[in-house]
Amino acid sequence: MQLYINGEARRVDQVSHVADLIAVLGLTGRRIAVEVNEVIVPRTRHATTPLNDGDRIEIVHAIGGG
Amino acid sequence: MSTDSSWDTPLTIAGRRFASRLLVGTGKYRDLEETGAAVQASGAEIVTVAVRRSNIGQNPDEPNLLDVISPERYTILPNTAGCYNARDAVRTCQLARELLDGHNLVKLEVLGNDHTLYPNVIETISAARTLIEDGFDVMVYTSDDPIVAAELESMGCCAVMPLGSLIGSGHGLLNPHALSLIIDNARVPILVDAGIGTPSDAAMAMELGCDGVLINSAIAHARQPILMASAMKKAVEAGREARLAERMGRKTYAASPSSPSEGLITG
Repeated sequence: MQLYINGEARRVDQVSHVADLIAVLGLTGRRIAVEVNEVIVPRTRHATTPLNDGDRIEIVHAIGGG
Repeated sequence: MSTDSSWDTPLTIAGRRFASRLLVGTGKYRDLEETGAAVQASGAEIVTVAVRRSNIGQNPDEPNLLDVISPERYTILPNTAGCYNARDAVRTCQLARELLDGHNLVKLEVLGNDHTLYPNVIETISAARTLIEDGFDVMVYTSDDPIVAAELESMGCCAVMPLGSLIGSGHGLLNPHALSLIIDNARVPILVDAGIGTPSDAAMAMELGCDGVLINSAIAHARQPILMASAMKKAVEAGREARLAERMGRKTYAASPSSPSEGLITG
């Protein structure tokens, strides 16, 4: 399916839930936060939150800032 | 004597107690190693971070800031830098809370434009209201307007952080009188959050009666950031002790020599 991840269109296969996507992107276990269509998906629900074609995903992390 | 003596009380923000009154940012350093060393040298317990999109597909093994500045050791203060409206700032804070496992202390800043980074207080007040209703403890970056500062306090912000001068400018405290007005009327901690350029600026803020200062560029952009972090630590401690010690009165005339006037060989 086609997803929009951090503003960029991306085709992913074999991904049905948020946790699958995180694994495909190599981010499993990283300190990140995830939004699907501007709704935060808590870590505890990554495995159970389904993804659908056209979903807009934001994946963020902490970087240096003042 | 050190600042952890009985002379002082801890800095208390939203019920959390801190011995250090210097808060530091983590932006603009050469690398994470320098960031970690500077933060350590500063003695800071509260450390700000920004929240940004992860680089997808690039360097998945890249070290993470929170591996260096660990939430177990430091109180992480996520900011909303780069947000120009209340909605984006609220969304950023909510992402930060998820990122930090429910940690609800945030630094709210909503900017007016990208060439001055001056705070937009209208959007700031709007965002603060939403965040407080949503259970956040909000430390708020704002202008040095005492009426706005009082309004943010009365809304329930846990600390008010007026600018000394523009973010990243290093101009120091351009309106110490306005800062004094804010400090004198406040019942929550007041921290100068922008414009500090040099340790004397930080000491002056503390001597004015600020409860703390937040510094990033003045440390990160020094030629030797780790040494400057140490200098800022001492300046904040010196300024705080001077405030508690209460300075001598200023005299225009009637100079009073420090050495006795009696027993002079010229007598």
